[in-house]
Amino acid sequence: MNIKTRHIWLILLALFAIVLPLILDSPFARHVLIVILLYSILGEAWSILGGYAGLLSFGQAAFFGIGAYTSTFLLINWGVSPWIGMIVGGFLAVLAAICLAYPCSKLQGHYFAIATLAFAEGLRIIFLNWNAVGGARGLDPPILPTSLWYLEFHESKLPYYYLLVLFLAVVMLAMWKLNSSRLGYYLRALRESNNAAESLGVNTKNCKVIATCISAFITAIAGTFYAQYVLYIDPASVMQLKLSIEIVLVTMFGGVGTMFGPLIGASFLTSISEIFRVVLGGAGRGMDLMIYGLLIMLISTLKPDGVWGLVTERLGRRPGKEKAKTSGE
Amino acid sequence: MEQLGKLLIQMIISGVMMGFVFSLIAMGLTIIWGVMNIINFAHGEFLMIGMFFSFFFFKYVSIDPLFSLPMVAVLLFIIGFITYHLLIKKVLQGPVLAQLVVTFGLSIFLVNLAVFLWSADYRMIENPIASGKISLAGIAVSIPELVASIGSMIIGAAVYWFIKRTKTGMAIQAISMDKDAAAIMGINTDRLNAVSFAVGVMCVGVAGALLSNFYYVFPEVGSFFGVIAFATVALGGFGSIEGAMIAGVIVGLAEIVGGFLLAPAYKYAIVFAIYLAVVLIKPTGLKGW
Repeated sequence: MNIKTRHIWLILLALFAIVLPLILDSPFARHVLIVILLYSILGEAWSILGGYAGLLSFGQAAFFGIGAYTSTFLLINWGVSPWIGMIVGGFLAVLAAICLAYPCSKLQGHYFAIATLAFAEGLRIIFLNWNAVGGARGLDPPILPTSLWYLEFHESKLPYYYLLVLFLAVVMLAMWKLNSSRLGYYLRALRESNNAAESLGVNTKNCKVIATCISAFITAIAGTFYAQYVLYIDPASVMQLKLSIEIVLVTMFGGVGTMFGPLIGASFLTSISEIFRVVLGGAGRGMDLMIYGLLIMLISTLKPDGVWGLVTERLGRRPGKEKAKTSGE
Repeated sequence: MEQLGKLLIQMIISGVMMGFVFSLIAMGLTIIWGVMNIINFAHGEFLMIGMFFSFFFFKYVSIDPLFSLPMVAVLLFIIGFITYHLLIKKVLQGPVLAQLVVTFGLSIFLVNLAVFLWSADYRMIENPIASGKISLAGIAVSIPELVASIGSMIIGAAVYWFIKRTKTGMAIQAISMDKDAAAIMGINTDRLNAVSFAVGVMCVGVAGALLSNFYYVFPEVGSFFGVIAFATVALGGFGSIEGAMIAGVIVGLAEIVGGFLLAPAYKYAIVFAIYLAVVLIKPTGLKGW
């Protein structure tokens, strides 16, 4: 595909993203779109680790929670704008990522997955019992008049939507740059073979740490957006293992290591789970989630390459598509 | 001073007792992981099912959890066997991530099936045979915990014997070492995968039945034990049965002693911290290869 058609596709996609919430103008549809965007961003961030470096992280909720908690805490106690809080949160998440990734960089496969899981769960338990950040009760940011500076919009969900579209576009651009950057090649090399990459002079340890830091930073910023959108956070909503796993799910369903994968996966999974919740949520206890679980099982057994395979086949000539096998050994 | 000594002994005893239960749960998980290279995210949910089964045996047929234990074990074995054939078998040849997803889907499904069928209420088995406590030389031991730990020890030893001494067990070990070589040697990997999955599920189900004597029974109960089991298995080394046994006791001790030294609320954070500390020194866990 040449550059020109690629540009046309991208412009069309951008137009589609701008017009979509104007067509779907019910608050519920916009809410679903916002959740989709949020999960896509989280999925892209996970992709840097899971897709490029082959490091399966099951602890993304830790970074998400750090981001959400930092900005909310600063806003409540000192009235700091979430825009500043999100940067602070991002850097705190990077700090946590360094603490986690530096020692864990020698862990392979499942060991890395469980280490990240243990890290996130440990952090969740600490937050659950930490009174300064509200403990199990959580925190709710003060309701301020609508303003961009304080990232609170009460009249409409549209500003959140467009900010997240912008954020996702920036993240995707960064991913696209990363794809052809030195770091991108290093990460893919060490995914295929850690030893081979090392013998060619790649400092695999540093690469893994840097990848984790980038991923943590993006995830933390998404956490701030979530906190400002929902205006309530507690350890059960922003640090739960379930969140970490859903991030993995979204990426997988869309296709690991592909640029549009997380977006496709998030659109698919979020829509079905939200629709089930609305249609069946009132009908019976846990019925909606039961069917959601059943569907996940059906897709991964009946079509092991899943929806992601199906969709990428159809969109085979999409820009940014990259041949990437699911990682891991 | 004497007081402190007694307290310490008391803590070590309860830590080790709980540890044996953790060991049994982790053993089930590690067998499944070692043989099929699958992280079973639904592991805790099978524990929940085991707990519910013994609760129902108690409530509707008035059979004490101790006596319904063999039946629960058989039922869980069958459930594990069916699960393997319906789900796990189908993803074994597929992408790694599909394997992770399928058990996660199963976990969501089972939790909500339990909510749907039995509601999210907390239940308790009232006055089972194993209740109360005994004290010896000033050290109090809760009988249900004692029963759970002895039961876990017996079942754990039986499974250990099965894996290490019987022909089927050795074949399972062979698969976990090299699945292709095992297949070439004429081992029916499909049948034995099913057996090991069923045995793994049975282990955790039995642990659930033993826990039901003194633990609340509710649909979400498994998620907590499942997460602890991941850390335990990784601490011991994936696929290592001895490792899982040792790690279980360490986790039990860490939980009680750590909870005493710091705050009880943080006891599981301590468990995770110990796990992280160990894998930093030995990246493949205590007994991993």
